[in-house]
Amino acid sequence: MDLSELYQDLILDHGKRPRNVGELPGHNREAEGFNPLCGDKLTLYLRVDDGKVKDAKFVGKGCAICTASASMMTEELAGHSEAEARELFTRFHDLMTGKITDEQMPESMDRLSALGGVRRFPMRVKCATLPWHTLIAALDHEHQTVKTE
Amino acid sequence: MTTRTTTSSYLTKAHQLREDFPILGRQVHGKPLVYLDNAATTQKPASVIGAIGRYYESANANVHRGVHALSQEATELYEGARAKLRDFIGAASEQEIIFVRGATEALNLIAFAYGRSVLKPGREVLITAMEHHSNIVPWQMVCQQTGATLRVAPIDDRGQLIWPEFQKLITDKTAIVAATHVSNALGTINPVAEMAALAHRHGAVMIVDGAQAVSHMPVNVAEIGCDFYAFSGHKMFGPMGVGVLYGRKALLETMPPWQGGGDMIRSVTFEKTTYNDLPYKFEAGTPDVAGAVGLGAAVDYLRAADMTWIEQYEHELLAYGESLLSKVPGLKLIGQTERRAAVLSFVFDDIHPHDAGTVLDTLGVAVRTGHHCAQPVMDRFDVPATIRASLAFYNTPSDLDALASGLGQVIKMFRG
Ligand SMILES: Cc1ncc(COP(=O)(O)O)c(C=O)c1O
Repeated sequence: MDLSELYQDLILDHGKRPRNVGELPGHNREAEGFNPLCGDKLTLYLRVDDGKVKDAKFVGKGCAICTASASMMTEELAGHSEAEARELFTRFHDLMTGKITDEQMPESMDRLSALGGVRRFPMRVKCATLPWHTLIAALDHEHQTVKTE
Repeated sequence: MTTRTTTSSYLTKAHQLREDFPILGRQVHGKPLVYLDNAATTQKPASVIGAIGRYYESANANVHRGVHALSQEATELYEGARAKLRDFIGAASEQEIIFVRGATEALNLIAFAYGRSVLKPGREVLITAMEHHSNIVPWQMVCQQTGATLRVAPIDDRGQLIWPEFQKLITDKTAIVAATHVSNALGTINPVAEMAALAHRHGAVMIVDGAQAVSHMPVNVAEIGCDFYAFSGHKMFGPMGVGVLYGRKALLETMPPWQGGGDMIRSVTFEKTTYNDLPYKFEAGTPDVAGAVGLGAAVDYLRAADMTWIEQYEHELLAYGESLLSKVPGLKLIGQTERRAAVLSFVFDDIHPHDAGTVLDTLGVAVRTGHHCAQPVMDRFDVPATIRASLAFYNTPSDLDALASGLGQVIKMFRG
């Protein structure tokens, strides 16, 4: 089993030094994600204007995979429309559940493909998808807690 | 290990016994398996696996039901296993040994058959802050149904029951005290005999969850003085799906049955049903006969290995593991009471248990990461989860060396 597939440099980097950490001033969407099984927990803040995600930040305590996934997701989101953000979720989810391979990911999502190795570690898939499930909760409702386990 | 002389003879025996466990010879991810998740479940010696196979190959029939030869043989094997278990925990009579699915079912049986008939508003159940969910949730359920109150005795920063608080919490309102013998998340050994004595002084019954104790130390229910003792076969080198509830006969006799069905009745008409004698009153339906036979074989194995040796050897092994872990920078042991059994539970201030667990797994080292079905313990120590290495007598110092060197790799990967 090759660990470097899971913990690629990009992921380790985002895990150790996550981007977009903190409460987002002026956010108008917020959701919490929680995985009681391993204790991963995060709060996602979005500012959505005119149907576009202007900015995304998060606060949380989680493993390297969850933290990196949240960090990379918030980087990716800014500038996308709500519909595009949902599309990103679908693609990412397909990648994690093995419906598509890294190569089949759209080029624009290249960086997120780095998390593709996670699917060979089934126990860790939930860690990577938690931030994305939280994103959908934030887009669907003003405030909600989602759980994955 | 502490002294050279004990070390070498103790080690020889551990190495010999290890050979009895086929699975310990396998590889994981191309590395020899280092199995340190014994609190979750233990591995099975060839004698246990063989006993189950032999039962199905040569004696399988339903028990207590037929006049034919196989049914009698199966019944004798099943009842023979019960006798071994009675002897193993020092119960007075086979009628006090009820076969159940495991510790969880045993605790539910007590909560619903005994708890529900004695609890009412104004009465209390006292548990500790280090219980497994299976000794919390059933009590919450019956307390909710009966209007009784659930109280929780606190633990200190080392993971030890705070005795003066416990004393204060036991009052004449207390109907039931339920505590774990050994904590699965911390390794703490509770003073269950003293707790039982105090409970009895207040007219309460004492229930001990022995799931984590029976594989690590000699257990004698008469010496503990408890009223009920619950444990699982799979955590003591026996098969999954079978366990034991010990109950004091006088209490079991007063209790209503829990489940209804075959075997637990003497006669049934639509007007009236007469219940069977102990222990069958609490064994409705076809039991896991092969499981009981396998558990009986596990008892034989443990008797031959000698529980006193196991206790002493594991004590040294635990001390060795602790000394190794104390040298790992940034590692914090959770649970540091003096009287502990077989558990090394720890966290890093900067590395999530899940990441550490995944790296260890790729090195063939099996540990558990998570809340260990003891979320209140995690909350008490303000950690989301821990990494838990839990020992059995077939572990050796080299297993702990592998853990320590694996942790070195974890640090290399996630620090800096
Ligand atoms: C202390 C304790 N009690 C009860 C249980 C429940 O045992 P089982 O799942 O075998 O019913 C466990 C299992 O982890 C335990 O560690």
